[in-house]
Amino acid sequence: MSENASNELTVGQRFFRELTTGGTALTLLSILLAMLIGAVLIVVSDPDVQGTAAYFFSRPTDTLLAIWESASSAYSAMFAGAIIDFDAASVGDALIPLADTLTYATPLIGAGLAVALAFRAGLLNIGAQGQILIGATLAGLVGFGMDLPAVVHIGFAVLAGFIGGAIWGGIAGFIKAKTGAHEVIVTIMLNHIAALLLAYLLTTQLFRREGQAAPISPFVADSAALPRFFDGSRLHLGLFVVLLAAVYSWWLLSRSTMGFRFKAVGHNPHAATTAGISVGRSYTAVMFIGGGLAGIAGASQVLGTESYLSTSIAGELGFDAITVALLGRSSPIGTVAASLLFGALRAGAVTMQAQTGTPIDIVLVVQSLIVLFIAAPPLVRAVFRIKVRAASPMAAEVGGKTA
Amino acid sequence: MLAKLQLRGITKRFGSLVANDRIDLTVEQGEIHCLLGENGAGKSTLMNVIYGLLQPDEGEILVDGEPIVCHNPADAMAAGIGMVHQHFMLVPVFTVAENVMLGAEQTYGPDFLDIDAAREQVREISARYGFHVDPDAVVENLPVGVQQRVEIIKALVRDAHVLILDEPTAVLTPQETDELIEIMRQLKANGTSIVFITHKLREVRAIADRITVIRLGKVVGEPDVSASESELASLMVGRAVTLAVDKEPPDVGDVVVDVRGLTVVDERDYIVVDDVSFDVRAGEILAVAGVQGNGQTELTEAIMGLQRRATGSVLLGDVELLGKSVRSVLRAGVGFVPEDRKVDGLVGDFSVAENLVLDRHDQAPFASGPMLKPAVIRRIAEDSIAEFDIRTGSGATLARTLSGGNQQKVVIARELSRPLRVLIAAQPTRGLDVGSIEFVHSRIVAERDKGTAVLIVSTELDEVSAIADRVLVMYRGTVVGVVPGDTDRDVLGLMMAGVPADEAAERARQHHTLIEGLAAGEDGDE
Repeated sequence: MSENASNELTVGQRFFRELTTGGTALTLLSILLAMLIGAVLIVVSDPDVQGTAAYFFSRPTDTLLAIWESASSAYSAMFAGAIIDFDAASVGDALIPLADTLTYATPLIGAGLAVALAFRAGLLNIGAQGQILIGATLAGLVGFGMDLPAVVHIGFAVLAGFIGGAIWGGIAGFIKAKTGAHEVIVTIMLNHIAALLLAYLLTTQLFRREGQAAPISPFVADSAALPRFFDGSRLHLGLFVVLLAAVYSWWLLSRSTMGFRFKAVGHNPHAATTAGISVGRSYTAVMFIGGGLAGIAGASQVLGTESYLSTSIAGELGFDAITVALLGRSSPIGTVAASLLFGALRAGAVTMQAQTGTPIDIVLVVQSLIVLFIAAPPLVRAVFRIKVRAASPMAAEVGGKTA
Repeated sequence: MLAKLQLRGITKRFGSLVANDRIDLTVEQGEIHCLLGENGAGKSTLMNVIYGLLQPDEGEILVDGEPIVCHNPADAMAAGIGMVHQHFMLVPVFTVAENVMLGAEQTYGPDFLDIDAAREQVREISARYGFHVDPDAVVENLPVGVQQRVEIIKALVRDAHVLILDEPTAVLTPQETDELIEIMRQLKANGTSIVFITHKLREVRAIADRITVIRLGKVVGEPDVSASESELASLMVGRAVTLAVDKEPPDVGDVVVDVRGLTVVDERDYIVVDDVSFDVRAGEILAVAGVQGNGQTELTEAIMGLQRRATGSVLLGDVELLGKSVRSVLRAGVGFVPEDRKVDGLVGDFSVAENLVLDRHDQAPFASGPMLKPAVIRRIAEDSIAEFDIRTGSGATLARTLSGGNQQKVVIARELSRPLRVLIAAQPTRGLDVGSIEFVHSRIVAERDKGTAVLIVSTELDEVSAIADRVLVMYRGTVVGVVPGDTDRDVLGLMMAGVPADEAAERARQHHTLIEGLAAGEDGDE
């Protein structure tokens, strides 16, 4: 009977297959549908609409107008806050929203790649959060604790970020490889350890900023700071670093022998083993590399966006990274695109709240809905083993024959 | 007299594919009707239509002359149709009686299960047909053959007059198969009609009252039961096939693989391979015969480095393989065709081309340093696809979309495309149709003739007899004996049940058919 068991894919493997077989159209539709539902929420929560709805039956046009006004102004404010502000004083200022979007997207790309790579090797890396934190910690330490010439300092600090994240990810991969402990549990625990470790370090002499009661570090040295592109925005060189990481990830997965092994292990560890591929070594390697990319995201936060270490340096990035990787179907390009979308939603939300009073939480709802629409159907199919009609085994059997 | 079950013009389409094309089939009362066809011919689709799992697009089903419509298996059961699936639908932790009553529970009082009634039914049916099934045995502890009988009892309890058996012998030992055939005869004598699905010609000839052959969704013939095996095979495949493997006597060279005192302990701490010693010489095929689960799988895995807890010695030339990684064993010139191609042989979501280089992807010419060379991989894949006649759209097709035979060709092509000193193939033709079996066998023999030492594991006596130069029979992890390739099937069958070679030869002389049925396979399985 053990033979039957090994034939069965795990829920995770089935989910991955379901997830990656969906089309781009599904993704776009999910985004559109989520935005529509978001519009409904915006409208419902708008006091103007509520006011006009009170006399809807005597003057329905008022209500309808208010509905249109409410939804369109909220979304145009969001667009203005995320892409281009047409009311800005100069061309440079008009592009500041786009720069904000890219700033928010930068760490998401790095951390999203960490999740996406691991996913391709069949691992659920829930540990991007911890990998970002340790990466940021090491990068920050090099950034404010060492004295090096300008270019060397940046390079060394980013490298320290990579190594920090890589070690943190590599630990999870190694434990999985050696003991078979589930990576989800291990990475979640490592997240807690990383958060508490950073909180502790920030109370020590080495990390604490002088004369500050709050647990924050000194600013990173100018020589280690990732240069910003223009005034009025925090957009910095880190964007190119993570884009390079995305290109590297693409190359790794589609052109390298190591990526070939990762994918083989991810799709079918039994066949990989039989073909002489070490599953354990692949697990460790993919978590090491992925963790390193999350570490770079951490480095970019501390060296570019924030300029100093604090316990909130990673925010919710590690968890948004999972979302982004899912949305991007675990491909590097998709992850970049999804990160840009989330960056835009985030940047736009701030402006939307300031201009129209629409609560920023609406954007969180929209983000969650997108993920729900994209991830839920394959998850439901994977868990309940529902087969898509066209892929019924009988059809496959006959199809294989006549093809 | 009206036919028991009649199909008229059954057509079933999946998208543009016509899985069943206007199929007519008539099954008389008390008749064993063999449905013969290759994998993917549409047999299972047809049976699923009868059993209410699929709805036909056209055509009608008649039972006793009355048209019936089955929306689900419950409707089919109500119409007196029962089905025993290839993969059993039993709850492993339930007893036989509990499984039998499941879905048709009898109750008494407010809502108490009447387990005694179910027990009684099992005992009654078991006695009537000589099933020897204990109603209180837990199903997971029973051998496969007995589990199958539980499935049959389930159908009979629900008053099945037509019993569909979907490839029932695929999981059975030769002896269990004999027992099943005996059971089918008794059912027939009691007036039950049986639809027997198979692609094993020997069985068809042993038991069929009528034969219908299906190819590519159509009925292509209703040969007489006296038709020869090769006639049936060519009808099934659509061209002439040679059942016997063309091979010259082996040109045997030096010992290539020398296995001494190999012992394997599995994760449950059972000794699954127990002090096994043998050798394989260059240019010969040694077949390891045995009922599934007698240590053959673990034996091959131990040689490949896939079993951690293996002791003893496996010498390739003068190199010790035991303790080496899978990778080193492959590099040493060992080719391996694993038993379960879908699980161990292929990455289903990889393309055919990628699968063809799975164990060589990081070597020249497929890679230089850390870089893959996709163009080279594609080009060489096209060569292999042509050479091994892999029926696929292109090298970029996903392996899991291929039929079983073509998937196996991918695995064989991969392993035979590099210089080998030893080829180890476990169940190389399991689940394949006649045409693919013919191809795989001829490639294996060709590899032997190149001077490679070949080790085949097979549970099919037909296969063992067809290609082995020598046969090693395993039983419960030990070697029962090594006999010549042309040893009588009956002797091999007895040896597979643990009877030593001399005694087996003696007993086989006394009664030449195996219909008596030995309980041997039963303890062989656990």
